[in-house]
Amino acid sequence: MKVALLITCLTENFFPRAGVAAVKVLEHLGCEVHFPRDQTCCGQPMFNSGHHAHARDLAERTVRIFAPWEHVVTPSASCAAMVREHYPALLADDPALRAAAESLAHRTHEFASFLTRVLNFDPRAHGLRWDGAATYHPACHLRALAREGAPDATPALLRSIDGLRYTPLDRADQCCGFGGLFAVTYPDLSGAMARDKADAVRATGANALVCNDAGCAMNITGACRRAGRGEAPRTLSLAEILAEALGLMPGPRASVGDENGSEAPQP
Amino acid sequence: MSSPAHPTGPVASAPAPGGDHLLEPPLPYRMAPRLARATKNIQLQQFVATATRLKDTKRIASFEATFGDRLGAVRDLAASIKQHTLDHLDHYLEQFIDNAQRAGATVHYAADAAEARDICLRIARDTNSTLCVKSKSMVTEEIRLLPALEAAGVKTVETDLGEFILQLDGDAPSHIVTPMIHKDRTAVARAFVRELGAPYTEDPAQLTGIAREHLRGLYRRADLGITGANFLVASTGSVVVCTNEGNAGFCISGTRTHIVVAGIEKLIPGPEHLAVLLKLLARSSTAQPLTVYTTLITGPRKQHDPDGPDQGGVHIILLDNGRTDLLRRGGPGGAREILRCIRCGACLNACPVFRKAGGGHAYGAVYSGPIGAILTPSLKGLHNYPDLPHASSLCGACGDACPVCIDIPAHLIRLRAEMTGLGLPRGMRARKAVIALWTFLLKHPRLYRLAAATQRTILRALADDGPGAPDPMADRRWLSALPGPAAAWTQHRDFPTPPAADFRSWWTAHERARHGGRDS
Repeated sequence: MKVALLITCLTENFFPRAGVAAVKVLEHLGCEVHFPRDQTCCGQPMFNSGHHAHARDLAERTVRIFAPWEHVVTPSASCAAMVREHYPALLADDPALRAAAESLAHRTHEFASFLTRVLNFDPRAHGLRWDGAATYHPACHLRALAREGAPDATPALLRSIDGLRYTPLDRADQCCGFGGLFAVTYPDLSGAMARDKADAVRATGANALVCNDAGCAMNITGACRRAGRGEAPRTLSLAEILAEALGLMPGPRASVGDENGSEAPQP
Repeated sequence: MSSPAHPTGPVASAPAPGGDHLLEPPLPYRMAPRLARATKNIQLQQFVATATRLKDTKRIASFEATFGDRLGAVRDLAASIKQHTLDHLDHYLEQFIDNAQRAGATVHYAADAAEARDICLRIARDTNSTLCVKSKSMVTEEIRLLPALEAAGVKTVETDLGEFILQLDGDAPSHIVTPMIHKDRTAVARAFVRELGAPYTEDPAQLTGIAREHLRGLYRRADLGITGANFLVASTGSVVVCTNEGNAGFCISGTRTHIVVAGIEKLIPGPEHLAVLLKLLARSSTAQPLTVYTTLITGPRKQHDPDGPDQGGVHIILLDNGRTDLLRRGGPGGAREILRCIRCGACLNACPVFRKAGGGHAYGAVYSGPIGAILTPSLKGLHNYPDLPHASSLCGACGDACPVCIDIPAHLIRLRAEMTGLGLPRGMRARKAVIALWTFLLKHPRLYRLAAATQRTILRALADDGPGAPDPMADRRWLSALPGPAAAWTQHRDFPTPPAADFRSWWTAHERARHGGRDS
């Protein structure tokens, strides 16, 4: 199965390890992963701030760049929602582009959802092990994806990993306050929301925070770090947890495999 | 009104100007000053957070228990009832007017707030009314009716407990349904001592008792009752008013004249539709199956009715005040769908921004929270409320809570887009230029990569903290103070730098290892 990685700008620049992990896990599960090099940003910041002509331009180039691939997978929930929910309407002025946008919307998946819904990933078949206490912040855009009938698969996947002690966040579905430009336009509101989230993270006692959206991850870790005067839980994506649990990347696993040293059975 | 010889006590004093200023600030209204105060007031945030979270949790549980998997279908049905009525509002308006008149009510049409106030004042004058009892109504707040009545010499008393307290204290509602969500018990106790001469008590039951004693006397003496309407039923000409205190019923039982003020969007076709919407309204607002009192009023007192307004004493004022402008903007995603709102307040209770903003006053208008952030600029002009559509993280909790499926986040984004075409206030102009430059970079991958590399270098050089991790992909540093406009981020959070290693270099090596250097 050919899969193109839509890494998204924030993940590429601030959480590249999440991109690496996504590639490793997908390859491990038998996918042929491609990375179209001209990709930049899906246009979400422009769209959300009302600059729709700019957002349209970026949507158009993203649609063209990802046209050849059967599936497009992204480690960012909000970018998946952007492509799936808003591209067709943004490109509605051109029938051919609109059709291409609709096609891309159907082919684009958030990483966890791709694993469970397209690859039918069964965690029990893979000998997953990850030793530590983790909690999880579901990005708000997963709400939109859940409304389309793709409920968030991450909590169940985390619970299925041996050794991982999963503590749900109190009021997990409350927004962390990121909201793109909202974070800098209304810093007091956004900061207060981020503090609540940081408090909830701290209350779990987890040493790892799982978050499948780079924006939320920057916001929450930044708030945890500020609140804890330098101490913050490790923030990582589900892809990283799985890559570590599969032994594809170094992590808190009893026997850490090297790049190709997975002990898990091939699918 | 059965109890005789009731102690009446002093009539509540005129409201202080504070309330007016809160809901009717100078325009254009900018949120920053009130937000700055609210975000520093931790106690205020806690009041609002406790109350809204409780209501939100109970709403979800009540929906789950009542509707289970059918919730989506019920919401869709409610949305389609409201949308259908709005799409054919001319038809239903005519039908309502005919039926209400046939039932003996007088129907007035007010194009704007001033007209609506004038009609009320004329009716008050014509009926020689001097004391008015009024139930809670956001639309009367919208037209600033109470100060107009007071100025014309008609003593007017809010009878909803929350509104009564706000009126006593010269304050203004901060929530569509629970208007004194921002208020603390001691302020209420002090206002009762000061304005009613009551003994000091913070006990809610005693405070309620004092208000009740005071109000009962007024109900008997009042000659004019004013209510809003939760629904107007076209096929019967009925006005539906929902309360938990029964005060709307009292307002129209002993008074000779009843004025209903209602926005034209309150129409629904028939009683069968009322059944659906009532099921959702109380659950959405307060997690009750129904409000304690659901009063249906069809014309004045009939021959055998023991109480109610006189023949010719029921006046229904249908208010436009910007609504037909919204109605004209129909179609999918059009502004018309905002008018579906049944004012349940569920979006306010679900909204994390509303909590941090300390409730509704930060929104500078009668309608606050997420629905206010789209309704206020739509009714009163985006240029007058340029900040409201931006004061949201677009988390979507409001849209999910809405019982009539108003896609509030989509309307926030639509309004933001409309604003980019207007003359922008300062601050937003600079942002527009930054976004244009940013987009330019994103359309030129080489420049984008160069900018990203430069950014990494600069941020890592500026970093003031954070030891590097051995894994270059995780070797992240931190900034506690960013320069320029980005400093807004570091007011409350540290900012992570990009790690030492970048994805594309890794990918190049990875590709080379796997496919002999073939790039995708």
